[in-house]
Amino acid sequence: MTTTELTSVCEEVVDACAPWSAIVRAGQTLQIIDLHGNQAVDTLLYGVSGNQVDHTLRYSAQATVAAQRNIFLSTGSVLRAADGTPLMTIVADDVGNHDTIAGACSKESNTLRYGHHTVHQHACAENFLAEGAKWGLGKRDIVSNINFFMNVPVEADGTLGIDDGLSAAGKSLSLRADRDTLVLVSNCPQINNPCNGFDPTPVRMVISARCSSPKRLIAAQ
Amino acid sequence: LSTDSTTGARDHARSHVRTATMRIPATPPDVDPSRLLWAEAVPPGSYATRVLGRGTRLRLIDPDGGACAHLLLFRSEAPWERLNVADTMKVPWQAYLGAGHPLLSDQGRVLATVVADSSGHHDTLCGMTDAGGAKMLLAAIKHGLDIRDVAPSVSLFKGVRVGDDGTLGFTGSAGSGASVDLLPWWLRWSTPPTRWTPTRRSPASMCWPGAPAISSPPPSTTVPNTCVPC
Repeated sequence: MTTTELTSVCEEVVDACAPWSAIVRAGQTLQIIDLHGNQAVDTLLYGVSGNQVDHTLRYSAQATVAAQRNIFLSTGSVLRAADGTPLMTIVADDVGNHDTIAGACSKESNTLRYGHHTVHQHACAENFLAEGAKWGLGKRDIVSNINFFMNVPVEADGTLGIDDGLSAAGKSLSLRADRDTLVLVSNCPQINNPCNGFDPTPVRMVISARCSSPKRLIAAQ
Repeated sequence: LSTDSTTGARDHARSHVRTATMRIPATPPDVDPSRLLWAEAVPPGSYATRVLGRGTRLRLIDPDGGACAHLLLFRSEAPWERLNVADTMKVPWQAYLGAGHPLLSDQGRVLATVVADSSGHHDTLCGMTDAGGAKMLLAAIKHGLDIRDVAPSVSLFKGVRVGDDGTLGFTGSAGSGASVDLLPWWLRWSTPPTRWTPTRRSPASMCWPGAPAISSPPPSTTVPNTCVPC
């Protein structure tokens, strides 16, 4: 008799302000848990063949937004590459909307938004470059990203900004990989806007696979 | 004309030049013709690239109201620095392009500024169609770049607005004759138009040195001057 259940294959806490990456295989699920609440998790996705990252198949915020005709990501959102290829799908979401139009913070843009004194503060663009380099990704591979747990409404006159978050301690979302996908994360270090409640905190990553119950397999042996 | 010999083929080829009608856009009345550097009609589904020196003004015109010009910008001598649509929205706290809006690079610099806009129907959220992306890739390859450089783009002459619930509304064109002027500020090149809707005439791009309608120094934007290299 074969039953399938969700089994954790990888569970890690990402420190405040730190980068993280992992390959999530097709069919596996990545749960991102906002441990302390209102912690932006900047995320990029790349297709993977074997263990080789496919530079040509990367997350496209524009293709994703255009296909679903909505700027907010939530349950049911298909996260697509520029040619429309589904990379991952949001299958569960405690929050309701996540941003993908406001991009990642960088030292350079921080100086424009908050003043030149912020130029040496840590930023998501730095995390993406450092973590991406481990996979052979360079600056040209870094594009507009997803900001899980970040709230960016657009007003009627076009005013957009990063407002207080809608998340809270313990809230999470789950992503199912539609194909083998590299998930590149910056646990946002921003301290000049409310995206992290002005206090960056750790988040937990759990990758799960649907597989035959390990207990049953052990019993069979 | 016969083409069964080399000289016949040559005469045949050259005869085309004599009979062809070049569709060069008329110089706008506010532009001194002696200062015009480039004027070109870009047909539906086609593309153009140019390296523009700082202060060279680029005007894109939608003559029939059916055009959609996708735009990428790169710093010409270091194309790893390129248009960043997220920062272009986030830094001015404004999602919708209009006159005065800076088009920002990923290094916190202004690649170009929208200095005039009679359309107001533009988009930075939805990006290119597949056909537009394919043309943009060709344009990139011609400049020694590749698909990794075909980054999120700006679309001119077709509008998108966001509802309270995040829903996208498509506002279409502003009508025939709309134009957008860009003033490159740092260094860059651009790849304009592909189109969504074929119409009889073609969108036009033109540029000329200086900016008669613009006082010097270049127009103020919401970006602090201290962060813009001079």
